[in-house]
Amino acid sequence: MAELSNQLMALTVLAYLAAMVCYAGEYAFGKRSHIGRAATRELVGAGGPATYEEAAERLKPSRGDWSGRVAVVLNLLGLALHLGTTVTRGVAAERMPWGNMYEYILSTALIGAAVWAGVLLRKPAVRHLGLFATLTLVVLLGAAALVAYTPVGPLVPALNSYWYVFHVSTIIVSSGIFLVGVVPAAMFLIKNGWDSGKRGFPYTLGRRVGDAGTLERLTFRLHAFAFPLFTFGALIAGPLWAEASWGRYWGWDPKEVWAFISWIVYAAYLHARATPSVRRTTATWIAILGFVTMLMNLFGVNLFFEGLHSYADAG
Amino acid sequence: MTVVEDRPATAETPPPRRGNPLWALLRNSWRQLTSMRTALILLFLLAVAAVPGSIFPQRSVNRENVAEYFTANPELAPVLDRFFAFDVYASPWFAAIYLLLFTSLIGCVLPRLRDHIRALTTVPPDAPKRLERLPHHVGGERRPEDPAAAVAEIAKLLRRRRFRTRLRETPEGWTVSAEKGFLKETGNLLFHVAMLAVLVGVGFGQWYGWHGNRLLVEGTDQGFCNIVTQHDESVLGPRVDAGDLPDFCLRLTEFDATFQTTGVPKSFRATVDVSEDGGKRYRPETFTVNDPLRLDGANVYLLGQGYAPVLRYTDRFGAQQTKPVPFLPTDGMLTSEGVVQFPDVNIDPATGKRDPALQMGFEGVFLPTGGTDGSAVSQFPAENNPVLYLAAYRGDLGLDTGRPGSVYALDRDRIADGDLKKVSGERPYVLRPGEKWTLDDGTTLEFVGTRRFATISIRHDPTQGVMLAGAVLGLAGLMLSLSVHRRRVWFRVLPADPEAAGGSVVEAGGLPRTDYSGFGEEFAALTRHIKEGKS
Repeated sequence: MAELSNQLMALTVLAYLAAMVCYAGEYAFGKRSHIGRAATRELVGAGGPATYEEAAERLKPSRGDWSGRVAVVLNLLGLALHLGTTVTRGVAAERMPWGNMYEYILSTALIGAAVWAGVLLRKPAVRHLGLFATLTLVVLLGAAALVAYTPVGPLVPALNSYWYVFHVSTIIVSSGIFLVGVVPAAMFLIKNGWDSGKRGFPYTLGRRVGDAGTLERLTFRLHAFAFPLFTFGALIAGPLWAEASWGRYWGWDPKEVWAFISWIVYAAYLHARATPSVRRTTATWIAILGFVTMLMNLFGVNLFFEGLHSYADAG
Repeated sequence: MTVVEDRPATAETPPPRRGNPLWALLRNSWRQLTSMRTALILLFLLAVAAVPGSIFPQRSVNRENVAEYFTANPELAPVLDRFFAFDVYASPWFAAIYLLLFTSLIGCVLPRLRDHIRALTTVPPDAPKRLERLPHHVGGERRPEDPAAAVAEIAKLLRRRRFRTRLRETPEGWTVSAEKGFLKETGNLLFHVAMLAVLVGVGFGQWYGWHGNRLLVEGTDQGFCNIVTQHDESVLGPRVDAGDLPDFCLRLTEFDATFQTTGVPKSFRATVDVSEDGGKRYRPETFTVNDPLRLDGANVYLLGQGYAPVLRYTDRFGAQQTKPVPFLPTDGMLTSEGVVQFPDVNIDPATGKRDPALQMGFEGVFLPTGGTDGSAVSQFPAENNPVLYLAAYRGDLGLDTGRPGSVYALDRDRIADGDLKKVSGERPYVLRPGEKWTLDDGTTLEFVGTRRFATISIRHDPTQGVMLAGAVLGLAGLMLSLSVHRRRVWFRVLPADPEAAGGSVVEAGGLPRTDYSGFGEEFAALTRHIKEGKS
């Protein structure tokens, strides 16, 4: 079963990679008008996804469009394989698949991929973000397989607690959503730059991207959803478990320090977003900074610092 | 952290133009401090200030690591220490940031609380003259009832949807003003007040909490009572007196540890006898890593474990001393280091005088599972092939000087000075359980066997419950403030035809008062339902 999981993992990365290539194809060949208009329509019209269908029907599918459709199919295939990888890993270990860094990244990325697929199916207009979403997934899963791979094994006694399920699952889900949230955040900044006349490298990517306002709102909604979940996982379930296990609810372990930092930065994002006098681009940069602190917590803290959350065991 | 969204206009008299300059300065500083910009900057400062705590070892987390850092960087460490790099979270500059942040928070929450109470007690304002100017608008819907009946029906439907509703009669007809989503601000305030409660809770926890650590060896002869002198290390809050600690005694009767074939631990369980009446009656209890022993006024946590070899020394006069000596694990396979010191041996029974030059010390490693190659590294954490590698020293152990020294290492200075001489061979002596080692002077050391030991932490934090309640309430407030939206709707109901009786025309307008992209859909559904008379 463990072997099967590893093979599925390889296939997952390949499927995401293929989806990424197809998204890139759509990006290269796609017509700006097509995607852009669909997105704008969705923003303006009060109706739901129907407007996109109308827009799509009126325009004959182009080469880029076909490429995009294939990409979505490959993306969903990758998600199915990803789910298979995670489930077989859990079955092989006879427990929830988040007992070490490899499994943690696997599960976090799965949540990210699932949220992305959900957004994609509900709002097809965001398809142009697929290139960046799949890129993130490929990089994360690649890093998990190369840097953090750990053979299947049961849990150490410290992890043998029901709080393990609450604490780790909520953090995985919220990190997964923050992970997806950074994609529209980055695209908003690029698109906004493009709209305000910047034509340098990263901004050229914004040429075919949908409406900046929609991207910004999507960013906010993902973060506003993930933040309470992260609060619960990191600042309630975590301390409850820490109290039972280590005798103190908070002890400034490096992992706790960085969770605190991420929480503060995301709190600052929500405050900045709610303040009319702060520009939306500034607020969005804070969200991206939050993502960087999350990455620091995932990779930096596990690999460089020594602490009680030493589940990384990557070696 | 004030989010200024059209507060009810306050009709305060403008401040006098030439007031006391000091007062003006204070007032301006206060405004500056409580502005959102400052709050954001303080939040960032707090995040940045927390970073060094993960880079440098912290005294509050691990004292040994700090000591190691000092040895490794003798030049840099004292300089860093002066800036509290090893006590980041107790440092004045960290405290300055969060105290400023919380002052800013109070300065923001209080006026918002006042405004919110005012908003809650104010009726929704009357409909604007031109509803079509609002972001959402539906006009000219005809209804069969006359205006008074129609407006009553609309108000009923709005109230059922938990809108705060107010009817007004105007010369032309009727208006309905309705508003909902006050829970957003309530939640927001709840969240911030809960944050304040958590900070206060942390402070009280520091003042009134205490904890102590203790290494407890298996056996009824190795009991421990909860007094400061019996802790290996204890930290009492400033408001805690040593006499305040609850009185209980523990004896570790059994320690179970199981391991996977790879040596990774599978389970730990400590069985203890507990007495809460000063050692008169004992009752058995068990606790494990995630399931502490909860006693009245203190909790006992299992932190670690290891082995204590039991050694018997027979001196040149035939007197025997036996003691279990905990050896501290240095790796996951429980390769353990330790020293065995016998300061009160080789006392001539004729004179009763102790010769410090004849004190005995042994230093070495214990391996629960020794390898076949003779290397001093354990192969497995359980006792499959226990073996002890020891070197013997004779001379003044230096225990009488009163200088604090480690009980896990011999005094290096005395070995260097020659006060403490190595009396065994070049290679350490190998002892297995039951074996006896005869030294050069005919005295013997017997490796009797091993006992387990557990490292436990005894803790009390009186504000933990408050903290949890604060965190849960804060989360509830946070979710309310992020998911609820404040919005207003107005309906204007006019007679359909001023001449004829019966029938009315309804016009509706909606205004989201916070950023709320779904309001259009809600407004459309609301007006549709009102038109159809659905609740």
